[in-house]
Amino acid sequence: MTINRRALLTGTAAVLAAPAIAAAQEAPGVTATEIRIGSTNALSGPASSYSVISRCLTAMFKRLNDQGGIAGRQVNFIVYDDSYQPPRTLEQTRRLVEQDKVAFLFNQLGTPTNSAIHRYVNSRKVPHLFLATGADKWAQPKEYPWTIGWQPSYRTEAQIYAKYALEQKPAAKIGLLYQNDDFGKDYVNGVRDILGDRFDAVVKLVSHEATDATIDSQIVTLQSSGCDVLICGIIPRFAAQAIRKVFDIGWKPMMFMTNVSVSGSIVMQPAGVEKGIGLITSDYRKDQSDPSWADDAGMNEWRDFMRRYIPDGELGDNNYTYAYGAGSTMIQVLRQCGTNFSRDNIMKQATNIAPLEIGTLLPGVKVSTGPANYHPIRQMQLQRWDGKSWVRFGGVIEGANV
Amino acid sequence: MDGLAHQVIAGIATGGIYASVALALVMIYQATHHVNFAQGEMATLSTFIAWSMVQAGMPYWVAFFGTVVVSFVIGVLVERILLRPVQNAPVLTHVGVFIGLLLIVGNLTGWVFGYTTKVFPTPFSSEKPIMGGLVSAHELGSTAVTLVVLTLVFLFFRYTSLGLAMRAAAYNPRSARLVGVRVGWMLALGWGLAAAIGAVAGMMVAPVVFLDPTMMLGILLYAFAGALLGGIDNPSGAVIGGFAVGVLENLAGAYVVGTELKLTVALAIIIGVLVVRPSGLFGRVVTSRV
Repeated sequence: MTINRRALLTGTAAVLAAPAIAAAQEAPGVTATEIRIGSTNALSGPASSYSVISRCLTAMFKRLNDQGGIAGRQVNFIVYDDSYQPPRTLEQTRRLVEQDKVAFLFNQLGTPTNSAIHRYVNSRKVPHLFLATGADKWAQPKEYPWTIGWQPSYRTEAQIYAKYALEQKPAAKIGLLYQNDDFGKDYVNGVRDILGDRFDAVVKLVSHEATDATIDSQIVTLQSSGCDVLICGIIPRFAAQAIRKVFDIGWKPMMFMTNVSVSGSIVMQPAGVEKGIGLITSDYRKDQSDPSWADDAGMNEWRDFMRRYIPDGELGDNNYTYAYGAGSTMIQVLRQCGTNFSRDNIMKQATNIAPLEIGTLLPGVKVSTGPANYHPIRQMQLQRWDGKSWVRFGGVIEGANV
Repeated sequence: MDGLAHQVIAGIATGGIYASVALALVMIYQATHHVNFAQGEMATLSTFIAWSMVQAGMPYWVAFFGTVVVSFVIGVLVERILLRPVQNAPVLTHVGVFIGLLLIVGNLTGWVFGYTTKVFPTPFSSEKPIMGGLVSAHELGSTAVTLVVLTLVFLFFRYTSLGLAMRAAAYNPRSARLVGVRVGWMLALGWGLAAAIGAVAGMMVAPVVFLDPTMMLGILLYAFAGALLGGIDNPSGAVIGGFAVGVLENLAGAYVVGTELKLTVALAIIIGVLVVRPSGLFGRVVTSRV
């Protein structure tokens, strides 16, 4: 019996290729030509102004595919609408995991919505990466090792505001206007972290529901309780209302606004640009309207991307720079995976990012994670609205570890 | 005490919003004896149409009346195309159609115009703040518009034969038909008028709460409470009810139950009215022979 050379080569090649084929078959959502990634976003409903995030991410994966994809594989990014309703998020997430068999979940929008699937994805050990929410609860490596956030948490942000307010006005009376859900309550917790026992004496708490038509009544209540500092944890539509109302009634508190609701075109212009003068927020991103970044290499890369892939996108909407940062982080993790796209390895790489600079983030702000560090971004810089754009002041501040 | 007065004034301003939407709800009820759940979404679509006209460079009032006319046509078409085939179906079928309409119109609006918040212009503006900024010139102006619309609705139903025919068609279609009223067209007309009034409400609300496809979601609920409180078959009752809900909601939120239960106040009003006095404060008690 003779073994011909061709048969030997074929056999050897088959043996060598076998583990790779097996690995590809074992990794859910990954084939030789495709990596399936799932997400949910509010494409309709009250929070749907955030839908541009998934639009931007889809375009980023398209660009990646145009450039050859990841390890020879095309990324198939599947986004379903959950209308920002937690039961629908669970339904759509199960559809992604069980029917579409995605490799992992990425950048799902919202705090209540992600809360609804927190247990589910962790019990099924599906990576639940870089969520589009700043809630603090995504950083629990021991209890929920498969879930990780991305942006600085609302709680960290509130700590920074409270710190700065007390530094400027040691005898401040702080009014706290928050949406009555986990999102808003993180601001309450952050301020409580700083004030401790003095919290009840110093802070006047007023909540509102997402279904309220206006928040005029809440603003009037806060004004008449004598607050001279106002911290707001509210979504964009109400942010615009709050800025306008505070100005209209002639109240002049030191006013802080959550950085999810400070977009120039979505909040400041509707509120009236001159009415927001003096408003303080914080950011970890570059604001495209800031002249400092007119010729910035990182922002030019983003502008070029927008021009080619989302030509009708509103450049003033900073959800695009947000999404660009989250998408860049995700692509970095996929590159780090090499050719091993098992869920274990994806999670391992996502929690092992060496300090990473991204073109749309402020200088000094770096994305970094570790097995015990599930807070990818912990630095921010305060900025003030001057009637035209946000002007940064002070240095980059690192959030407290609580 | 200052705080109390401020809450009442802010409540009246918000109540004006509820009143204008409540009026549109009453209009459709008068004409068809149904409550259209898609009323808010249809009004939002109309407001976006007005916004597009203004963006295209039309003067405000041209866009305003243009939108009213377009909305009237849309309302008539909706009745002709969607409601007429189920004319004799049970009431639950209608509810199904209304909910379907709500989803279709709401998502269509978002799909066409996008979900980002937009600024809607107001024709009423003033240089100096009114009442310490608690009320804006727009809120005063829009209240006046609501009252004008109310007057027109009242005159229409009370003194025109068309208004009488519409009431007859809604109240007793069979008898109305026997005396020569074209019931089908009266219903279509009712839908058209309700859509037109909804458009006015939308254009008055948008400068206050900012324009996006979900603008009316919460407002419709409060407007419904207002309409029920005042009497769902009484236009002036609905307007008074709308203002009352605005004030009650603020006072309860600020002093009684806290802001966390403000929405509950509206729902409690709905249930309370239905249990205690289903015809509302100003509604007629209708007894029909069985």
